Amino acid sequence: MTVLDVGTVRTKARRRTSRDIKGRAPWWLFVLLFGGMLLMVGPFVWMLLGAFKTNADFVRTTPTLLPERWTLDNFSRLFSKQDFLRYLLNSAGIAVVVTFANVLFCSMAGYALAKLRFAGHRPLMGLTLATLMVPGSVTLVPLFVLMSKLGLVNSYAAVTVPFFAGAFGVFLMRQFMFSIPDDLLDAARIDGAGEWRIFLRIVMPLLKPALAALAVFQFLATWNNFLWPLVALTDQSKYTLPVALATFSIGQNKADYGLLMAGSLVLVVPVIVLFLALQRHFTQSIAMTGLKG
Amino acid sequence: MTSLAARRRANIAGWGMSAPFAAILAVFLLLPILASLAISFTSFSIGNIQDWTSAQFVGFDNYTKLFGDDTFVRSLRNTAYFVLVGMPCTIVIGLLLAVALNQGIGKLRAFFRVGFYLPVVTSIVAIAVVWRYMLDPDVGILNAALAQVGITGPDWLGNPNTTMPSIIALGVWRNIGNAMVIFLAALQTVDPHLYEAARVDGAKGRQLFRHVTVPMLRPAILFVTVITTIGYLQVFEEPFVMTGPTGGPDQSGLTTSLFVYQQGFRFFNLGYASAAAYTLFMFIVVLAIIQFRFLRTRS
Repeated sequence: MTVLDVGTVRTKARRRTSRDIKGRAPWWLFVLLFGGMLLMVGPFVWMLLGAFKTNADFVRTTPTLLPERWTLDNFSRLFSKQDFLRYLLNSAGIAVVVTFANVLFCSMAGYALAKLRFAGHRPLMGLTLATLMVPGSVTLVPLFVLMSKLGLVNSYAAVTVPFFAGAFGVFLMRQFMFSIPDDLLDAARIDGAGEWRIFLRIVMPLLKPALAALAVFQFLATWNNFLWPLVALTDQSKYTLPVALATFSIGQNKADYGLLMAGSLVLVVPVIVLFLALQRHFTQSIAMTGLKG
Repeated sequence: MTSLAARRRANIAGWGMSAPFAAILAVFLLLPILASLAISFTSFSIGNIQDWTSAQFVGFDNYTKLFGDDTFVRSLRNTAYFVLVGMPCTIVIGLLLAVALNQGIGKLRAFFRVGFYLPVVTSIVAIAVVWRYMLDPDVGILNAALAQVGITGPDWLGNPNTTMPSIIALGVWRNIGNAMVIFLAALQTVDPHLYEAARVDGAKGRQLFRHVTVPMLRPAILFVTVITTIGYLQVFEEPFVMTGPTGGPDQSGLTTSLFVYQQGFRFFNLGYASAAAYTLFMFIVVLAIIQFRFLRTRS
């Protein structure tokens, strides 16, 4: 992404002047933005309210916004008749394991690629960037064949191990590594510290915000991952939330909107909480991968 | 001597630290990419999984069959429809939003940024399920709202003409936040003195946008165009949930990724599915190259 060589250094002073020059926004802009906001948040509100509606609300020809009678029945069906607690735990377990592995492996590779001039670091970086273009459907069939051969179809290993380190995470960590001055590392080397020691004792503590950004990003990506788990997990008890919800929504529960809204809510709420709590890390890292390098 | 020792030290540490990532890249990405190409030249099916060598080499048969397969051609057309309409909409709306948020709107900027970005982080499956409920002809809120103003809304996902537009609307709705955030970050790097200079030269609102903002954002526009196109060409979850794995009425929602899934994991024509996936891959590579060339040389 060297084409995108836009400086990202920006000072508070400069931002202030830019705002002064532009002046205040006209009133209609606020109207438009609030209207747009309604369109963006509306479906989430509709989902939330739908999850508490009774069947009577769903067969009404003119649907009401609020439930006529608030009920938790959809959730009790979700967790007692359907096995959503199991899917929730599957999703959480898989996401946590994959996230930990990524934080470790991606920062290791990111450090090596940014700071160590080892033979072959350029081709490795080139390959890493090139694979960002590869569609998931291309690797789907061979990955399934490989997993079948290894007897791993329908195992948690099949949906975790292939995602233990990803090109995007390595790229992200490499970008963050550039912010660490070489002099600092050289000083440690002169003092006799090995690369592993430097990495664990100096680099990792300095990169805590970056590690947090990667962790958030990876957790969300794994939590929402759909295509490969759909193919690799054939036994219902191994399903993740998106696989279970999608399977339900096209199967016999197709029109059971109460159940589907409750299921969607369970899938979406942890992510929204995480995002709202950590959104600054998140949008920053997106901007970073897009603009630096 | 020391430099040689230092180089060796760097090699050992460098590869040691890259090893887990390199191994995963090799086994779960590079190997499958090559294997996929190989499989696409065979009649690989469920029976060949235990003994790979028993698969028959069929040359380009899968590829010639694909382009005579109406369903596949249909899936390509649907995917092109999704990309050609969805991608420009995403970029234009994302850019306008970023410019709007970059005006003097003060503290509200963070509020809007979070709101517009929210759909990007949430599961497409969950979102698509909600959209299907909203678009339901009988109990959905959209047609109920249209009925209030005297319009009888169509059966959005039951009519072949409105299936793809509905899927596109969902795709755009979900992805404008991503484009917006990247544009917003790029806008903040534009030197405000450029606007000042242009104003002195007599440029106003729209001219400033056209002659200062857009040229300065060209690298960001290129980046967003490429990643959006690559992402949109692979569209899968939206039609899977909104129309079901068969692609809905008249296969109007069948995208190429959905076709690959169907052939590979419903019918287990794994060789045929690989050929379809590789065709899609080639489209992605070619389009990415064209976009890089086009948008770069015009600057």
